[in-house]
Amino acid sequence: MSGERPIIEVEALSKAYGLLPALRDVSFCVGRGECVRLLGANGSGKSTLLRALAGLSKPSSGRIRVGGWEMPKEAAQLRAQIGLVAHQPLLYENLSARENLHFFGVLYAINRAERERRSAELLRSVDLHKRAESLVRTFSRGMKQRLSLARAMLHQPDLLLLDEPYSGLDQKAGELLDELLLAARSQGQTIIMSTHQLERGAQFAERALILSRGRISFDGPGSASEISAAFRRAGDAPGL
Amino acid sequence: MKTSFAAAVLAIAGKDLRAELRSREVLMAMALFALLSVLVFSFALELDRAARGEAISGVLWVTLIFASILGFNRSMANEQDAGNFDALRLAPISRSAIFVGKLVGNCCFTLCVGLALLPLMTVLYGLNLLDGWVLLTTLLGVGGFSTIGTLLATMTAQTRAREALLPIALLPVALPFLLTAVRATKGVLGGEPQSEWQVWLQLLAGIGLIYFVLCMLLFEFVAEE
Repeated sequence: MSGERPIIEVEALSKAYGLLPALRDVSFCVGRGECVRLLGANGSGKSTLLRALAGLSKPSSGRIRVGGWEMPKEAAQLRAQIGLVAHQPLLYENLSARENLHFFGVLYAINRAERERRSAELLRSVDLHKRAESLVRTFSRGMKQRLSLARAMLHQPDLLLLDEPYSGLDQKAGELLDELLLAARSQGQTIIMSTHQLERGAQFAERALILSRGRISFDGPGSASEISAAFRRAGDAPGL
Repeated sequence: MKTSFAAAVLAIAGKDLRAELRSREVLMAMALFALLSVLVFSFALELDRAARGEAISGVLWVTLIFASILGFNRSMANEQDAGNFDALRLAPISRSAIFVGKLVGNCCFTLCVGLALLPLMTVLYGLNLLDGWVLLTTLLGVGGFSTIGTLLATMTAQTRAREALLPIALLPVALPFLLTAVRATKGVLGGEPQSEWQVWLQLLAGIGLIYFVLCMLLFEFVAEE
């Protein structure tokens, strides 16, 4: 990490849903332009952590600062700088792909000409330009996922939060996503990407953060074999 | 640069209307319920012209209220089910703009049903409802009821029993407003002196305004997790 202030600072973050703890005493920092893989088995707390970072979920205790702003209290200051791909596609089924991007473009104050240009460019990048006028309800799971990624990148956010972005994607679409993320990284965007597939995103994210039942069990760069061993250990970790 | 309040409201309401024009799922459910309801009441009150005259304002509002509850539920479920409400919350726009945008959409759906009901009921009940004052009462009533409905539908849409919960939560809160709307409509249709029913109309506008301000403030909290 460089000397400048990290874009994400998480201190002793805990989150519980009723009596069920989802995150326990999680602390880490992410530098600007860094790309981090958030690894963990199903139910390890990856989505909860990403939602908290996006300001969509209030921590039970602890602190989150993104870009220097306290989340979720000061989330309004930096919403325009966050792009989120969540479990659900966050798209309107009865609007076309292009209409969805235009709608979100208006909400993110992108002017009409720029909206047109970026929508066309992104639809081409995610290989949906031929289906730009088709309603989203006619799309497959993978197509929705690709459009969801285009929606998250439309306003060129500084921070991209991706929750299982590879789910539902076939080999070709997975490669397209790799290219998009590599391009985003080269433009200096910070990326945090959750996945339960160890091999995904390894080529552009040298740092891995492994969550095991709500706790960080590994944080740092490492060889594939080190990360793999830590991931296996996390998967074998005893329950709470 | 930030999206203006008006642009965000127009975008959200426009998106709802455009999606509804394609699917017609909200309007069809509301219109079918309203049609069945006025037909049933029409048959029930057929033999008694006096009772029909007395009851028509009640029939109009009961029909509109339950039809609009169907609409509010569907409209907010469309946001919640695909996680789109999160996308709106993530956007750099004020929570009030989300509320007003959803409200405008809901108002349009309920008004469409209300405006279709007036000529239909004129024919079925033999009383002229196509009057400027009845139209104004309907506008004010629908606006106020949609305000409360939009707020409470946002709350109940996050629960599993939302279809059952919304009317239970909504009707007691909206009761003073509904009684005023029924009384104002009855006054207009019953041929009472204008000075008598105009008070109810002013009250309707006043309560509607209070509800609007309160709901807009409360939405900030409701929109949070």
